[in-house]
This record gives sequence, C-alpha cells and structure tokens, in this order.
Amino acid sequence: MTVKVKRFPVRLRIKDNVIDMTHGSGGRAMAQLIEELFVKYLDNEFLRQANDQAAFNVPGGRMVMSTDGHVIAPLFFPGGDIGSLSVHGTINDVAMSGASPLYLSAGFILEEGFPLADLERIVISMAAAASQAGVPVITGDTKVVEKGKGDGIFITTTGVGMVPEKVYISGDQAQAGDAILVSGSIGDHGVAIMSCRENLQFETRIQSDSAALHTLVADMVAQVPDIHCLRDPTRGGLATTLNELAQQSAVAMTLYESQIPVNAAVTQACELLGLDPLYVANEGKLVCICKPQHSQTLLAIMQAHPLGRQAAIIGEVSDDPAGFVQMQTCFGGTRMVDWLSGEQLPRIC
Amino acid sequence: MKYLDEFRRQDLAQHLSAVIKKTVEPQRHYHLMEFCGGHTHAIFRYGIQQLIPDNVTFIHGPGCPVCVLPVGRIDNALQLVTEHKVILCTYGDLMRVPASGLNSLLKVKAYGADVRMIYSPMDALKIARKNADKEVVFFAIGFETTTPPTALVIKQASAEALDNFSVFCNHVLTPPAMNSIVGDINNSDKDKKTVVIDGFLGPSHVSSVIGTQPYEVFAQQFHKAVVIAGFEPLDVMQSALMLIRQINQGRHEVENEYTRAVSREGNQKAQALVAEVLELRPEFEWRGLGMVPDSALKIKPGYAEFDAEKRFNMPAIQASDIKGCECPQILRGVKKPLDCQLFGTVCTPENPMGACMVSAEGACAAYWTYGRFTHQAFAEKPTGIQENMA
Repeated sequence: MTVKVKRFPVRLRIKDNVIDMTHGSGGRAMAQLIEELFVKYLDNEFLRQANDQAAFNVPGGRMVMSTDGHVIAPLFFPGGDIGSLSVHGTINDVAMSGASPLYLSAGFILEEGFPLADLERIVISMAAAASQAGVPVITGDTKVVEKGKGDGIFITTTGVGMVPEKVYISGDQAQAGDAILVSGSIGDHGVAIMSCRENLQFETRIQSDSAALHTLVADMVAQVPDIHCLRDPTRGGLATTLNELAQQSAVAMTLYESQIPVNAAVTQACELLGLDPLYVANEGKLVCICKPQHSQTLLAIMQAHPLGRQAAIIGEVSDDPAGFVQMQTCFGGTRMVDWLSGEQLPRIC
Repeated sequence: MKYLDEFRRQDLAQHLSAVIKKTVEPQRHYHLMEFCGGHTHAIFRYGIQQLIPDNVTFIHGPGCPVCVLPVGRIDNALQLVTEHKVILCTYGDLMRVPASGLNSLLKVKAYGADVRMIYSPMDALKIARKNADKEVVFFAIGFETTTPPTALVIKQASAEALDNFSVFCNHVLTPPAMNSIVGDINNSDKDKKTVVIDGFLGPSHVSSVIGTQPYEVFAQQFHKAVVIAGFEPLDVMQSALMLIRQINQGRHEVENEYTRAVSREGNQKAQALVAEVLELRPEFEWRGLGMVPDSALKIKPGYAEFDAEKRFNMPAIQASDIKGCECPQILRGVKKPLDCQLFGTVCTPENPMGACMVSAEGACAAYWTYGRFTHQAFAEKPTGIQENMA
C-alpha cells in the first residue's frame, strides 16, 4: 500500500504541540505522526511501503545483527544528539565485526508531553546521520508512555550488516604479542555530555566525537582482513573495553600512558572533576588489536581516514590468563588499569 | 599542560628517585604517613612506591573524608531521606558508603528516595530555591578544604531567609586527627595499637586554607617531621625526600613543599568565614580513631535554623562496623588492606563492606584498583610496621 497524499487535512502542529497518548494509540494521530514526521525525514522505499516490517535481499555469507538502546541526558549536546547517536551507535556495533552495515530499524518510546519540535529535530538529525552513513532506517515502531514514566525519548536501533569473506573479528581473538591501537583521542564524548549537564555547566570547546566508523573499518579490513579484535570504547571508556577484551581472550595487556591520545581540554576537565579519561565514554573511536606486523599498516590506514587522524599504537598484548591490564605511567611507574567499578564519581577534595 | 604536566615529568621523577636512593641511610627504616587520600591516590596511580627504596614505607593515613565518617552518621542521613522525606544533596563519593545493614544512599535512591549528587554546595541552594515546598538538606562532609564553601552557603541561605534549607554538618579537622594517631593521648583505650611514624606528608588542600602554622605545635610536641605536600606525583616524591632529610638530621619541623598554594597563615578570609558560621564540637566520632575531642565543627547557635541536626532532631546513632572489616585499623595505619580477610573476597569496589573500599582515595580501593596486578604486591605483608602499645 502506498501512503495517500493529504490524508490528514490539518497538518501536525509541530511548532507548539506535544506528544500525547493518542500518538501511540495505533489510530489516526499515530498514523499522522508517522507520515508527517518519521517517514517524511527518514524517507526511503521501504518506509514508504508502510508495512510493519521491511523485506530486503541479502548477499550470501556471514550476517551480523546488533541492537542498542539509547538513553541520554541531555538529549542535545555539543557535537550531536540522541538521534545521530542512535544511528552511529548501532552502525558502530555492527561495524566492529568488520561488517558493512546495510540497514537499521528504530523503536521510539516517547513520553507524554514531549515537544514535537524536539522530536522533529531528533528525527531530522537521525535522517542526516543515516543518509551520510548510507545506512537507511527501513522499519520502525512508536510507543507513547504516560508522563513521568519515561525520560522524554528513548530510541532503540537495530542494525544488520554483511561480513566480508575471510574476516573473523571477535573479542576472544587477541593473542600475546599483538599490538593495540586506538583510532583517536579518548574521552571527548563523555566530557562534552558532562559539560552541559544541568548541575555541572562548564565551558569547554570539546564536542562529542559521535560518528559512524564503518568506512574506517572498511578501509582497515580491505587491506588487513586478519584483524583480531575491534571494539568501540563507549560506556566505561577505553579502560573497560580493554579489560573486556583481555578477559574474553584470556590475555594480559600493557599500555603506554604517554602514547594514549587525549585532548588537552579533556585532560583539564577530567582533572577538575576528579575523573580519569580512560573511563570516560567515546562514541566515535575504536580499539583495534592486530598482529604486530600489521600494526604500522593499520596505523597508516587509520591516520589517512578523517576519523582516525589521531590514531596511535598504545600498547601490546601479553601472555597471562589472569587478564590484567597494566599501564606504564608517564611518570615511569607501573599500575593496573582496572574495570570501571560502579559509576565514575567525582572525588571530594 | 601547564600546572599538570610539569609536576608529572618522568625525567624529574627519575632524578628525584636517584637523589632519594642516595639520601636514605641503608640501615634505617623510614615510616612516612601520607595523611591525605589524595596522596595515597597519587602514590598508587603513578606507581611511586616503585621509584623509592624498599626501606621507605608509605603508611596510608585517615585523610579521606568519606572513609572516616562513622556508620552512624550515614544512618542519620538515610533517616533524613527515608523518614523525613527530604531532598538530600551530597558529594558523589558518599553515595556508595555502606550504612548499617549494607544499606546506602545509592540503594535508597533506587527505591525512590530523593538523593542528588552535587559538585558544589551552591547547587544544593539552587535545588532548595526550586523546591520551596520540600525540605532540602546538604550533607556536608570534608576536612578544612570543603568547610569554607559550607559556611558560605549557610550565610547565603540566611541572607535569603530560605526556610526549607539546612545543612547536616560533618566537617572534621586535620590537626586533632594527627594528634590522635601518633599520641593517642586523648584515648583511654589502652589496647589500641598505634604505629611508629617518623614523619608526615601533611595535607595540601587543607593547608591552603589553614596554613602550615597549626602543625607547628604537633611537630614540636610529638617530635615528628612534617612536610606539607602537594598532590601531584612529583610533589609527593619531593616531600618524601624532604622528610627523609629531616629524619636523617634529627629535625622535627614543619616544612612546606606546596609553596605554590600554601602559606604559613593560610587563607585568612576563609578562616574568618568559617569562624563566623561554625564552631568546635566538644568531640566527634571518627571511624578508626573513635571519639576525638575538638576534632569537628558544628553550626553556631546564631545559624541554628540551618542546622539539620536541630531541625530534624537527629539522634546520635551508635552503629558498629561490619564484622571482620579492618577499616578502623587500616585508617590508623596499623594494618594494611591485605591484612583484612574481607579485602578482595567479599569486599570489592563493586560491593564495598567498608569505607576504605568506597572512595577512590581509600587505601583499600587504591590497593585493589592500581596494585592488584602484581602477585608480589598481593603477597606483601605489613613489613616495617612495628606495633606498640599506647
């Protein structure tokens, strides 16, 4: 069925209206919201078919699927918003298998009273991110919850992609002797978010690094299919991601603090707040673990890509089933880099 | 980065390391207590212990405001939110400190209590202005560093005649705690073990407020070397060197390494502000040290309406630590985290049983987070600590 033009004589009042329970009731109001907001901006042939699912052909081979729920405060932050984040986040999760992402789905949980103008801004941002990445949102869902039962908007996106032949990237593939690379400066996203939280406003030039990394990954696997691990260090930061990989692969790691790229403004903000950039979230960075003989090639590929200019080799994998991640500090000592425990909380004095 | 990188330079660290090695007398054992959690944190985070000789031992002191707060005061805070239904504003570290029955502010928050993490007492004031129909309490803790902002916020609330704002004051004082550790003169508990300490790395941020003068009596009375030490790793190493020199020469003076922030007199404006709003408590309970006379501050009668203890008629709660938890001994430097049976078994940062595991500044959290990778460190026993009777 194709959507009829002018099915709703009075257009959705986006400027000054808010989400109400009828927008999730399955009736006319919901149909209008979908047509005049979601389909309008996220437009593609699949959405236009207005089915409850999207049917598409896939080439043969290994397929990956990943899903990610996005909840963030504030919804709009320097360098992005929940819309672009929900596209980038899932594309990156798919891409960390080495796959080319093909399609996304999006589920929206909206809270009664959420401004339609904000929703429009978020959907426009999603559409721009999806279009720029070349990964369309081809099916979706909308639910409305009563006021007080949500935090404005939650977006869950699911992505599918195809893994190229001869690529077997997995968190359990790290081996002693492997090199550890990171694609750029760490902590930018977390600091950007914190800088505009209600109780913690401070001025910083730092923007979220939110970005879709699949073209960077494509460049990397095209030349070096034999990458062992890829992962995007989101919540919990670089430290937690490396601990996950060390545990999955039953290996130890040694990092060189002086080699880990951190923007000066991030270091300053973290110093002020008593936080460690190693544990601050990223949304446009990846960690790559590869054979030592591939490290220079991959470093060059990463640095040649716009999203990998600050890429660096930051450490190496060693043999220890206990799975400890250690770091040689700038100061000349050695210390452990542990999992993030609980939330990172500011220190008192 | 200016004011950071130059205090973390590896070449200077190597140089200092070499000078310390030359300066120590090989037969001697140096027991240096770093008073502050900030120092403990720096020692572990930068691996300073590996850069100094084996006969120099750092003993981790009680200078972590979260760690020394007794369980009863956390129970008091929980009562405020669960029984009096106040909005409780607090610094982040306090959220996870275990209260009686392994309850915590974080847990009651999950069940719907209104606990808010703030960065500045002024944020608590903002919350009070916004919620005129609710009682808002600021859970104030900390040493002399965080006291002036608390005094300021009480004055401000008074000037605005805010009638829904009060402060649960738990501010404690550094010099009486140092007295208590070395002298135990104020403690009648004869069984309480103390530890031999040759010198103190004195508080940095605290001293920027109170100056170096208040430690002079301490150094003379107890014949202890004191060096006011900054929190950056080079500060800690330089201060250790200054202490070692004092000990070698038999001096016991107050020296100031942290000259870029600390003077002898301190910040007199801040001191005057504190004196205007707060006054000494006759005694206050410290986790690990017990009741210490004249060691804490309370709100003056002139500002009584902003005193949560009076406003909510808060009872004094005597609560015991969790069985087996060695926090009290660890805070006095008598035991090390590895001596505690709970350490790393049931007590971890995810599931802290005692306060030393909660705050990043706590000795147990630092051991666990930064030191666990060396099996050697794990097996390390409290060498060099001699116990004697008070």
